[in-house]
Order: sequence, then structure tokens, then C-alpha cells
Amino acid sequence: MPLTSADFAAIRLTLELATVTTLILLVIGTPIAWWLSRTQSWFKGPVGAIVALPLVLPPTVIGFYLLVAMGPNGFVGQFTESLGLGRLPFSFAGLVVGSVIYSLPFVVQPLQNAFDAIGPRPLEAAATLRASPLDCFFTVVLPLAKPGFITASILGFAHTVGEFGVVLMIGGNIPEKTRVVSVQIFDHVEAMEYAQAHWLAGGMVVFSFVVLLALYASRRRTTWS
Amino acid sequence: MIKKALGFTFALAALPFMANADDIQVAVASNFTAPVQALAPGFEKATGHTLVASFGATGQFYAQIKNGAPFQVFLAADDSTPAKLESEGEIAPGSRFTYAIGKLALWSPKDDYVDEKGDVLKQNTFAHLSIANPKTAPYGLAATQTLEKLGLTEMLKGKIVEGTNITQAFQFVSSGNAELGFVALSQIFKDGQVTEGAAWMVPEDMYDPIRQDAVILKGAANDAAAKAFVDYLKTPEAAKIIESFGYTLE
Repeated sequence: MPLTSADFAAIRLTLELATVTTLILLVIGTPIAWWLSRTQSWFKGPVGAIVALPLVLPPTVIGFYLLVAMGPNGFVGQFTESLGLGRLPFSFAGLVVGSVIYSLPFVVQPLQNAFDAIGPRPLEAAATLRASPLDCFFTVVLPLAKPGFITASILGFAHTVGEFGVVLMIGGNIPEKTRVVSVQIFDHVEAMEYAQAHWLAGGMVVFSFVVLLALYASRRRTTWS
Repeated sequence: MIKKALGFTFALAALPFMANADDIQVAVASNFTAPVQALAPGFEKATGHTLVASFGATGQFYAQIKNGAPFQVFLAADDSTPAKLESEGEIAPGSRFTYAIGKLALWSPKDDYVDEKGDVLKQNTFAHLSIANPKTAPYGLAATQTLEKLGLTEMLKGKIVEGTNITQAFQFVSSGNAELGFVALSQIFKDGQVTEGAAWMVPEDMYDPIRQDAVILKGAANDAAAKAFVDYLKTPEAAKIIESFGYTLE
């Protein structure tokens, strides 16, 4: 196998990025999805649309705005600098921020669907048994929405692994910090190193297929039960 | 409704055949973006052909050309990629020539940030130094050769950020995300002076010459418009424009 240590570093970095991004997305995506599922507010439409924006926007748009916003003249850049965190472009933290935005709908939407499917009845029943709202959420909603969480995690993880345009625009291609697999493949192709490109690209195809297979398998199981 | 949709599909399908026969598709290395835009009006006026330029990294164009990209002329950022295409029989025989010799500059949009000797590199007070990918972009390779000559490779290793091509390397600097970077002189130079900020013209003995070669691709060997464009590049009028961006000629 012609893969080099740089290729393996890229694979490791990609898995790290996808893991961190998915965990963060589950934490911030759950309340957003819950709110979207329960609210009668006029804001539901606009917020839902904003969450879905990364589905339709070209990654170049997200990358461009992030680069400008996180730069020294952008409001995010000035904010992170005032906190003493420095600036986000060309850093792993910057990629995490970009990936969270980029993969947001892939986590929020399955969760929202799962919450919608539960409906108000189980919660009302739990409330009559004097369960507090928080108690309800952890003992009733979370177990019932488990398939939604599995789908959201798999999609969020896989979509982050497949991220390219945003990383390319804000990453700066730094080994072990921002050079992920998709960028490494792009580099190999540009440098005419087709053998290495084939190994990595083929690996991505196999990985993506297995992920989707796992997703469909988990869905079938939940429908049967 | 269906009829309308079908009509639209046919209109789309017909598009390629409606294109003007005298359109010429040129693949242009990113560093030559501004010069080509300045050359296009003169060429179009002199010949009546229309220039359609695509900008990108030389290695990327190589991969696209090998896989049947519909370019007629390729203006590369180096001489080795066109030579490789020549040895692989992908170009019109005898069409390869050097259209410009590129120059490397260390640049920052901030006035006085970069001194005239490039000592700012040794002072090492910046967070990020932007270069083009040295594996694929000739200006990126020239940048790493310069750092090597200065003996700064090890010291600056953790500060280097790479753009996929020289345009992105430039953009990292112009957006302020990197304080300074190695760019093509043509990106910051017009009519004999640096257009914005401050720059160090890297002495030419610090990196291998960036000879930029042009070729007519195999499929366009008998294409009049392609030949007209290459001929135009060799005119004194074109030479004047190319030199005004800081390139030298053979």
C-alpha cells in the first residue's frame, strides 16, 4: 500500500474532526431540534430555514464568509482575539467551527423528525405522573428518539468526513492541523500522485458505503421493533 | 407543463452547438489571471475571436487535460508540465514556447510591514506566512527554495499556510488572515510599481527561474483561433502588457 505517514495523519485528523464536530452538534443540535419540534412561534419558519441553509449553499459561500468573518477585520476574528484565543483560520478549532455550521442540518433535521414523531401524548402522560419537564426529556424523549440520535450522529459524522470546500478555503493545508483526507486527495491528484489518490479515494467510497449501509440497517431494525 | 420542460431540456442540449465556432478555450495558470484579462480585449479586437479563460493550478489543469478537458491552449505556470504533456503526445508538435518568466515577491497589504530586504522573515513576529502549495504550484516551490536559501525552513515550518494555488495564497494575505506571503509579482504589480502595501522582490538567484510555457493542445493542432491567440502572445503589443505586470520575457 503506497500510503505515506502524511496520508495516515490526514485520516487521523479527519476522524478527530468528525468526532469532535458530531459531539458538539449533538449538544447544540438537540435543543434547537426540540424547540423547532415544539414551538408554535412565528420564528419557527425562519429558524428552520437558517438551519437548513448549509444544505443548499455552496461550501465556497460558507468558506468565504467564514474566512472574512474570522479574519482580523471580521467580527468573529475581533471577538476571538479579544478573548485572547487568537484567530480561527488555519487552526483545528476553526475547522471545527466551519464543520459545525456545515453539518448542522444533518444533525438537527433527523432529531427534529424524531421529536415530531413522539408527539405530545407520552409527555403529557409523564407529566400526570409528576415527572418534571427535564425528567420527561431524559427518561421519555431521549429513549424514544434514540433512532433519530443514531441517524443524526451517523449523518453528521459522515458529512463532516466528506467536507472539502469549507476546509479548503479556511484550512491553509497544514499537516496534522488542517489537512484532512479530502484535501489530501485533491493534493495527490494535482501532484499527479494517482496511486495514493486512488487508495484514499477508494477508501472514502468504501467508508461512505459502509456508513450508509449501517444507517439503513439501523433504520430497518427500528421499524421492526 | 411537460412540453415546456422538454423545450427547456432541448434548449440546454442545443447550447454546445450554438457556441461561436471562433471561441477559444484557454486554461490559464492563476498567476497569469490579471495579464490575460488585460490581453483579452486587444486579442479579441485584433482577431474577432472570443477568449474564454479558465483559471486554476497547473497540476489541476494537467489532470483535466489528460482526461479530455476541452481546452485549446494551455498557459502553464512552469515549463515542466508542458514538457511532460509534450513527451506524452498531448500537444500540437512544436507549439511549446516560453510566454513569460515569473517573479516571486514577499508581500503584505500593510504599508512598511515588509522591508526591502525581506528581513521581516528573520524577525519572525508574524503568526502565518502564506505560500502556494509547493507540490503543485511553481510559485510555491520557489517560495520554499527561497526559505531554504535563507536557512529559515525549520524556524518557520509551523507558521506556513498553503493555498491550493497562488491566487489562494494571495487571498489569505489580502484578507488579513496571514500577515504576509509569497505571491507572484504579477498579482501586486501594475505599470512598474506595487499597487498596494509593501513587498520584497525576491532576488532571482534565490529560486529556480519560473519559466512559464504555453502550448497548443493536440485537439486544436489545426485550430485557427488557437494559433491566432498564441501568435498574439508573441506580438510586441502583448509583450508590453505582459511586462507591465512584472514578468520578463526571453
